[in-house]
Amino acid sequence: MEWNWDHAFAVLPQLAEGLVVTIQATIVASLLAYVLGLGIAILKMSKSNLTRVSIYWVTEFVRRTPILVQLYVVFYVLPDFGIFLEAFTCGVIVLGIHFSTYTSEVFRAGIDNVPKGQWEAAKSLNYNPLQTWKNVILPQAIPPMIPPLANYLITMFKETPLLAAITVVELFRAADQYSNSHYTYLEPMTLVGVFFLIVSIPSAMLAMKLEKKYKQAKTA
Amino acid sequence: MNEVLEFYPILIKGTITTVQLTVLGAILALIVSFIVGIARISSFAPIRVIAIIYLEFFRGSSALVQMFFIYFVLPMWGIYFDAITAGVVACGLNVGAYGSEVVRGAIIAVSKEQHEACKALNYSSLKKYRYVIIPQAIPIMIPTFGNLLIELLKLTAVASLITISDLTFMAQIIRVQTALTLEPFLLILVIYFIIATVLVQIVDLIAKKFSKGRNIMTAGDK
Repeated sequence: MEWNWDHAFAVLPQLAEGLVVTIQATIVASLLAYVLGLGIAILKMSKSNLTRVSIYWVTEFVRRTPILVQLYVVFYVLPDFGIFLEAFTCGVIVLGIHFSTYTSEVFRAGIDNVPKGQWEAAKSLNYNPLQTWKNVILPQAIPPMIPPLANYLITMFKETPLLAAITVVELFRAADQYSNSHYTYLEPMTLVGVFFLIVSIPSAMLAMKLEKKYKQAKTA
Repeated sequence: MNEVLEFYPILIKGTITTVQLTVLGAILALIVSFIVGIARISSFAPIRVIAIIYLEFFRGSSALVQMFFIYFVLPMWGIYFDAITAGVVACGLNVGAYGSEVVRGAIIAVSKEQHEACKALNYSSLKKYRYVIIPQAIPIMIPTFGNLLIELLKLTAVASLITISDLTFMAQIIRVQTALTLEPFLLILVIYFIIATVLVQIVDLIAKKFSKGRNIMTAGDK
């Protein structure tokens, strides 16, 4: 099988459109994962035993089951209950929920790393919980969280091809459609792989730089 | 639900296929992890470069794309795999890339003095890794390997997209035949969860066994 440049150039516009959808899905899903993750992290530190145990098992259930099956559940089951969502919305919700169980660990570790004295200081200043979180805890907890959260952003980017299974025409499905109508997998699939590498390798390098930066800031 | 349970023969078959993919994929991933992980710290630069290219390639692109590449593109160059083998190879090579970082990290975490001690004893490289470094590095690797094993199990569901009849594939068959949606998918989610939980328990047992009687010292605690 020879590489055919005609196919490669013909598929490019469709791949570019697909890439836009992929990036949109990544950004929306990651925002959802960050917001939900923070919520889960706070629930995991709850004083109530029942809340802690139930949130633990719920998140473990989501973590230990495949994203693909979760996508099918939301995509096929919700319409039976009269909830009609676009495939893209279903995909983003599932990715966001799935990865919120991972980001919650980052948030929890970040919050745990804030020294106990800071909590006590907030208390002695008579801060209410909102003030404590907003003015004392989060400003100290967030910077070290940024590198791992950036890494999860890259991971989510690489999981978006699964959305193709529920008919979202993102980068991978755009290539697959071309492959099926032109009987060639070589050029479209290779190009998809290249697109992923082009986006994710520099992003990973950037994340590594961030990590070094925050480590230095801490020791300095 | 009863309607779904009538399909138990194919559900059992699917579960077996999923477990098979996971176990075979894990064995391949483990082998790849050690080869690539040790290659990353080789003193011979070309070996290091090849290991890095492998790592960046498999870590940088998506697992689904890799699977399609192995199953649909490689045959065009005369490299044929049946679906199961393609699934195992894709899962193993993908997770192996992440595993190699675990192996490398654990070897680096073994304290410097241990490396110097080997030098003082005039151990060869092979002897050093075989008797001193690797046995101390393994307990450090096990918890992260446990997490990767769960990732691998979840990855096998993707193999249903290259026509492998695993649990996810079977659930799709049941959905099409019964027009039920909630029951088949909920059922296989529970099966996946049970398999994953059993795997977590097994890894915990192994971790306990390896840490018994050992005073694990990592670079961090001195």
